[in-house]
Amino acid sequence: MQQDDVTLMQEPNTEDGNSCLPELVSHLRDSRTQLREEWAQRITDAQLLGAMSEEEIFSEVTSVFDKYVDTLETGSVESLQEYAEDLSERIIPRGVETHEVLGIVLLLRDVLARSLFQKYQEDFKLFNRVLDAYEPAANRIAVIVGVSFVHERERVIGQQQATIRELSTPVLQVRERLLALPIIGELDSQRAGQLTEQLLNAVRSNRARVVVIDITGVPAVDKNVANHLVQTVRACRLMGAAVLVTGLSSDIARTLVTLGVDLSMMDTVGDLQGGIEEAERLLGYEVRKAPIATPEAKG
Amino acid sequence: MPVPILKQGPYLVASIQDALSDREVLELQENLLKQIGEVRASGIIVDVTAMDVIDSFASRSLRTVALTTRLRGAEMVIVGIQPDVAFAMVQFGLLMDDVNTALDLEEGLEFLDSWIAGRTFDDEE
Repeated sequence: MQQDDVTLMQEPNTEDGNSCLPELVSHLRDSRTQLREEWAQRITDAQLLGAMSEEEIFSEVTSVFDKYVDTLETGSVESLQEYAEDLSERIIPRGVETHEVLGIVLLLRDVLARSLFQKYQEDFKLFNRVLDAYEPAANRIAVIVGVSFVHERERVIGQQQATIRELSTPVLQVRERLLALPIIGELDSQRAGQLTEQLLNAVRSNRARVVVIDITGVPAVDKNVANHLVQTVRACRLMGAAVLVTGLSSDIARTLVTLGVDLSMMDTVGDLQGGIEEAERLLGYEVRKAPIATPEAKG
Repeated sequence: MPVPILKQGPYLVASIQDALSDREVLELQENLLKQIGEVRASGIIVDVTAMDVIDSFASRSLRTVALTTRLRGAEMVIVGIQPDVAFAMVQFGLLMDDVNTALDLEEGLEFLDSWIAGRTFDDEE
């Protein structure tokens, strides 16, 4: 779709317009210092990029300006695209927002257009031709920078989601042969599948005999999730491990009963503590309080 | 190649080394049921560690052996079901709720030992 937009914008680009490009570019190069200062000034005035210092803004402004003019000249967007992605990667962690990036690119477009206007205001016809050459290229650049930024953002978000998913299903060994799996957060089918896989592999590698699955942190359970839990329990059994499910809230318990999920083969215990205690009993552990050495006893 | 059945103390151990055809499954079933009477075994361990797939026929046949074994006064345990095999079986609805399973051979032996210990205890009472 982006490609379509770009070609549409290029349509008014007549041969006349093209012949104006070199002149346009050399004008922009000649007034480089003044233009980029003006641009940086306008960025500060518009209170964009609050997360960056003025020196940083100015150095980025300089390189963006040069890339921008290069792209105008050659029409090749690859190096600009690469730069935009690289820039996005650097500024996204600092909290720069999409509207700021778009605002800045549009500001540059305006600054350059105004300077063209100043130069060619005597000859309206020539100015029109210059604009014909300038506008499509400038719009295209704005689109590319914006899209690169959004892509980069999406990539970062995707990466973070993967990390969160990875982190959110830890399988913990509580005692020898006893595993605990506290599930926190919404369970969708993808996560449930990943969780089952991790759990079954952990059962094998830790030689677990009892697994306590705690769903205190799961806000809601629907039919799919309930069935998946039942499947996980069955699969663990096939591997020789008993499963205790703990932390069913009254709401979830009621939902499960209303849904009619067959839970006859699921052993449930009220809370995580109860589950661990029951598991210890199954494993033959006996937990006793040791007599505490009081200061008197020592003396 | 038929599945080798080894005698280990009071138990029979059948260690499946490869994917089994339906025919081989039936053979294994027959041999196990025959030998349990011959050697007066009190337990059977079927090790499926090497199996990548346990289909409905294999699981039903194993379940039949388990239930038959129980009728003859012994107990069977399936050991070594791999994580992905276990989950696939559950997803296909191959239920083994009434069959004993254990993690590996060692666990299986331990299970049968405690089963026998439990049985003698019950008898004495």
